[in-house]
Amino acid sequence: MKNSGTFKITAHGDHEIVVTRVFDAPRQLVFDAYTKPELVKRWLLGPDGWSMPVCEIDLRAGGKYRYVWKNDTDGHEMGMVGIYREVATAQRIVATEIFDEAWYPGEAVDTIVLVERDSKTTLTQTILYDSRETRDAVLKSPMKTGMAASYDKLEKVLPSLEREALSA
Amino acid sequence: MVMEPDGYIRSAPRLDATFAALADPTRRAILARLAKGEASVTDLAEPFAMSQPAISKHLKVLERAGLISRGQDAQRRPRRLEARGLRDATQWLENYRQFWEAQFGRLDALLREMQSSGVRKRAKRAVAK
Repeated sequence: MKNSGTFKITAHGDHEIVVTRVFDAPRQLVFDAYTKPELVKRWLLGPDGWSMPVCEIDLRAGGKYRYVWKNDTDGHEMGMVGIYREVATAQRIVATEIFDEAWYPGEAVDTIVLVERDSKTTLTQTILYDSRETRDAVLKSPMKTGMAASYDKLEKVLPSLEREALSA
Repeated sequence: MVMEPDGYIRSAPRLDATFAALADPTRRAILARLAKGEASVTDLAEPFAMSQPAISKHLKVLERAGLISRGQDAQRRPRRLEARGLRDATQWLENYRQFWEAQFGRLDALLREMQSSGVRKRAKRAVAK
């Protein structure tokens, strides 16, 4: 996948996590893929073996959304709800997110910003936790501790260290 | 959204210690040195302009994280890299990257499809005129 190298994830300040990715499409299409249920259900499926049976979106400031994913093997479901705070077509979405079985306390606020350049769209998604405690609880899960160290840097350094260690 | 699907991204608590240990540049440099072969605490302290106690603290963190171990020589107590600790961390990051790349890869495919059907629709409209 030619854009797969553009995926980046980093921690920002005390409260934020930032994910960026470039897509080969105009921003209106990326916006549609993020906000039209029939489109969201085709890509935001979670890990292999999961599907997204419920995707309800009321796309306006104050409107609600609800996502449910299902493990097709054991039937286990995981849901997430939130409220849109701001919707600027093809540019910016701000929404809260809470998982049904929250693995962190409090809620988070997602801000998605789309910037188009040379018919490519850069997506920047900022996840803001409502307190340092919440973000730190999230950061304690291993992936986010890794993110604090800058995912990119680790991604580069780990395999080379491992290779050297094995050949030493 | 950062998804944390059940059992997929939750991993052994040791990974927490591993990633915390890797978050420090001095500790990564120590690992890079040990990747070339085992070394004593004195050897390790030398390039860092750091006191031995300061280096020892970093080594303790690395040891607890399962990234290094102590050799047999009772006098030198050389430290050596534990490849398995690194392999677990690498594997974990790889899983995480794959998780998001699977989502975004599907999104790439969907966007391509949306663009080509958009082109077809516009072409049809042009023909209809």
